Amino acid sequence: MNEHIVTSYEEELALLDKKIAHMGGLAEHNLGQAFDALERRDPRQAELVVKSDKAIDQFERDIEALVISMIARRQPMANDLRHVMVALRIAADLERIGDLAKNIAKRALAIAHESHPKPLMTGLGHMVELALKQLKAVLDAYSERDAEKALAVWRDDAQIDAMYNSLFRELLTYMMEDPRNIGISTHLLFGAKNVERVGDHTTNIAETVHYLVRGTNVADDRPKSDQTSTTLISHD
Amino acid sequence: MDAIVANPSSATAAAHVMPGSGFKVSARDCNVYYGEKHALKSVSVDIPDRSVMAFIGPSGCGKSTFLRCINRMNDTIPICRVTGKITIDGQDVYDQSLDVVQLRARVGMVFQKPNPFPKSIYDNVAYGPRIHGFAQSRAELDQIVMTSLEKAGLLKEVKDRLTDSGTSLSGGQQQRLCIARAIAVSPEVILMDEPCSALDPIATARIEELIDELRSNYSIIIVTHSMQQAARVSQRTAFFHLGTLVEEGETGHIFTNPNDKRTQDYITGRIG
Amino acid sequence: MTDISMSQPSGSYTVNRKFDITSAEAQGRIRSRYRAEARFKSYGLLALGITSVFVVILLADVFVRGLPAFWQHRLVLDVPVAADAFGAPGSVDAAAIRGGDYYPVTKAALAKAIPGIESRSAERQLNRLLSTGAPDILRETLVADPSLIGKTVKVPLLLSDDADLYFKGAGSKIVSRVPRGIATPSGVTGEVTVLTASNDFADELATIKRALSVRAGGVEREAGRLQRSPDKANQARAVELLEVAKALRARAEQPRGEEPLDADIPSVLVEINGGLVKATKLSDSAITGEVLLPLKSADEAKPANWKIVTYVTPEANRKVNDQEAAFLERLRSLGVVESGFNWRFFTSGDSREPELAGIRGALVGTALTLLVTLALCLPLGVGAAVYLEEFAPKNRLTDLVEVNINNLAAVPSIVFGLLGLAVFLNFFGLPRSAPLVGGLVLALLVLPTIIIASRAALRSVPPSIKEAALGVGASHQQAIFHHVLPLAMPGIMTGTIIGMAHALGETAPLLMIGMIAFIVDVPQSFVESATVMPVQIYLWSDLPEQAFQAKTAAAIIVLLGFLFVMNGLAIWLRKRFERRW
Repeated sequence: MNEHIVTSYEEELALLDKKIAHMGGLAEHNLGQAFDALERRDPRQAELVVKSDKAIDQFERDIEALVISMIARRQPMANDLRHVMVALRIAADLERIGDLAKNIAKRALAIAHESHPKPLMTGLGHMVELALKQLKAVLDAYSERDAEKALAVWRDDAQIDAMYNSLFRELLTYMMEDPRNIGISTHLLFGAKNVERVGDHTTNIAETVHYLVRGTNVADDRPKSDQTSTTLISHD
Repeated sequence: MDAIVANPSSATAAAHVMPGSGFKVSARDCNVYYGEKHALKSVSVDIPDRSVMAFIGPSGCGKSTFLRCINRMNDTIPICRVTGKITIDGQDVYDQSLDVVQLRARVGMVFQKPNPFPKSIYDNVAYGPRIHGFAQSRAELDQIVMTSLEKAGLLKEVKDRLTDSGTSLSGGQQQRLCIARAIAVSPEVILMDEPCSALDPIATARIEELIDELRSNYSIIIVTHSMQQAARVSQRTAFFHLGTLVEEGETGHIFTNPNDKRTQDYITGRIG
Repeated sequence: MTDISMSQPSGSYTVNRKFDITSAEAQGRIRSRYRAEARFKSYGLLALGITSVFVVILLADVFVRGLPAFWQHRLVLDVPVAADAFGAPGSVDAAAIRGGDYYPVTKAALAKAIPGIESRSAERQLNRLLSTGAPDILRETLVADPSLIGKTVKVPLLLSDDADLYFKGAGSKIVSRVPRGIATPSGVTGEVTVLTASNDFADELATIKRALSVRAGGVEREAGRLQRSPDKANQARAVELLEVAKALRARAEQPRGEEPLDADIPSVLVEINGGLVKATKLSDSAITGEVLLPLKSADEAKPANWKIVTYVTPEANRKVNDQEAAFLERLRSLGVVESGFNWRFFTSGDSREPELAGIRGALVGTALTLLVTLALCLPLGVGAAVYLEEFAPKNRLTDLVEVNINNLAAVPSIVFGLLGLAVFLNFFGLPRSAPLVGGLVLALLVLPTIIIASRAALRSVPPSIKEAALGVGASHQQAIFHHVLPLAMPGIMTGTIIGMAHALGETAPLLMIGMIAFIVDVPQSFVESATVMPVQIYLWSDLPEQAFQAKTAAAIIVLLGFLFVMNGLAIWLRKRFERRW
């Protein structure tokens, strides 16, 4: 890609990318730390995550201001126009991801003094691991303007959905076994749901990156693998 | 940049459409030479009726040259040579049997710098109808002048001073007077060669509004250096570069997701 | 773009040097820049000043010489017209009035003004004071009003050129002195002697002796010059001259001797008893001389009643001799000399008599010639300019035509005269000296100028106007004739008028086609013989009569006025029709 004739315009576009990368890194870090706090039942770390979310919010506001000022002052066209619009959308998605990480951290606080069912935590851990991998991949796709990589992320979301489905069933079973487990299970269920939402936002970002690079939307429908909204416990 | 979605109205696709099939102006394989210089290279484009077509591109890219081919204004330059075919409603513009005076009555032109005649406002507008003998009586001529000024959105401002010199108007008013003068001979196509480049933003906005109104009756081709203006007023946009037509398509598409890298570089402010 | 980033200045290129524009050195540079500017300005002013001085000198010279020619002196005399001068009283025929001989009548009127002239030569000299055109003035007066016949008519009669010049100051300085003694003339007319009791003429005699001595010195110097010459004849002549000088010295050194007067020394006259005696011999106490104006009596005159008058300029150096000067002085003292504006200068044609000569013929000739020139040049020049500028294909032929038009503008004008002589007179057989031919020749001369000016004017019309006209469907010709040409018109008119002014001042080509003839009649048509202003000036400047010098300058003033009017017209046209676009 050629450089702009106006150097400061080029610098502003680069700054936008830098902020997105920074914000993405922070969201990634918060999600990892939130699960860590949950797993290790560490309320102090959970609180750190909650606090750090404010920085993500600030990033979003910064990016929004930068985009608005660029639209007003530079009137971006074609790929530049897509670039700034995409940055705005990615920032919104990352902010939601940050919120979801904060939510997990809050649940970690709530269940810090209860015993954890080991197998369930492992399942959730796998899910978080995959979500983080996806998030990192999509941020790489963005910075490398790699539509194929973004498409790969977009396709792999089905895995997270599948893992969430199985975790959902497990938690249901666990709750049915002993009603005393319902408290912690519900929290874990919501945590899992949050991770699944992170995956959805990651998918959104992947679509956005694809639009940025190719100028068109992802042609076919996203594969839907989250079946929990139609799942009921069968009393057979 | 590779196109994953085929653009049905790209220059190459348009070349397969036969001249005169639903388009007002069609050019096929149009070349222009200024002496030794090959100014326009094999341009083929179709311009629909009752819409605005914008030509954009860097200076010296051939967009004005092409515009001036359509009403054979290039004939006035002795060293200029045009090959290929340009048709209006299927009729060849460079056909021997076609009278150039008649052609220019059908294809009006508005120039970069407002160029009213140093005569009264009335005479400016009445000049075309007079030389073509459109009006049988003074009343009829008055009618034509008033209608043209009304259509050009100038009547309200100059109603009481039709005898004042055309050059006494402001720049924007002068340009609208030139548009009224072009409309007065009932053209089918109006060519505009950077009509707002000498005007302030308010006058520019007025002209753009006028172009949008005129769109319902005329086929308008506008050459502009302002991409924002092209984006605002046109339905279709064509990008010229180094004498070739690089890309032509729907304006919204050209300005968000052009197919050609040169187009993208030009409209985003990068050097092609 | 890579090449841009490469061309960005790297550290090695950026020299961190500060330019201090407030340092003493920099201030000095700025001051020297201002000085250079001031110097240049002063050169310009100097050039302008020198030019202005020359212009002022030229104009002042022309005006000082020329302005007196616009005034003329006349004698207002009572001329009695006999009732039966043109046949029986009461039945006067207009043709008879027109055909009458008025010379005797005016002569009689003049004789009445200065009575008592008996000598034929004196009478002739008196009559020569009037212009030969003077009787015509009386004729015109009577033709205009026949009822004056039989009455005494007061008419201003034109003086001859020499008499006119005398009153304009070309005569002599006159010194008159009141003597001490009583003078007695020996007669009233003819040769008389005037005796005085005291030695009243001693001063005059001394003056004349001095003049003789000066003259002797002059002759000696001339003799000395001739002696050095190797030519034998010259040396012989030198010997003769030395003899003459010796005689002169002898006369000059004899203090009391009676001295004869001649035309090379100041004239001494005695005004006595209402008459005037010019001395031919002079001694301390007496003069012998001839009577110029008759005396009333031969009585003794007391000192208060007689005067010694000296005309300081020797008679030989004057146009007007002593007799004529005496008459003119008498006429002046009678109060019949009147000065008035010289309308005749503008209403009559050329003449050999300076006082009768006028420039009307030349003015009309100029007007007719310029009319022919204009009628030919304007359509041809503008047509050619429009064709070359707008329609002509650009090829070798039109290039050749263009180059030649530019060359023609630089061809010496006499060449056009030769062309006119060969083509218009010899080949086509057109009349010689006619305004038609003059106009044709001047048209050839001016045509390139007009074509070049018109082309420049056409080029200065912005092409956008033509494009606008073409854009609404005007044909090429319509665009040019409706829009471009009207806008170029002020420039074309200016160029044309300047070209015409050029033609107005042109002499050389007209000489070749015979417009240099002496033509008295005012031309009435394009094929009659005529002359033009510059040629008239040239002709007059060549004539020997002193009065024509002033006429020449006066004609130059008129020509300059003509030029100013034409150039003023050009400026006015440009201002009037200049348009903004």
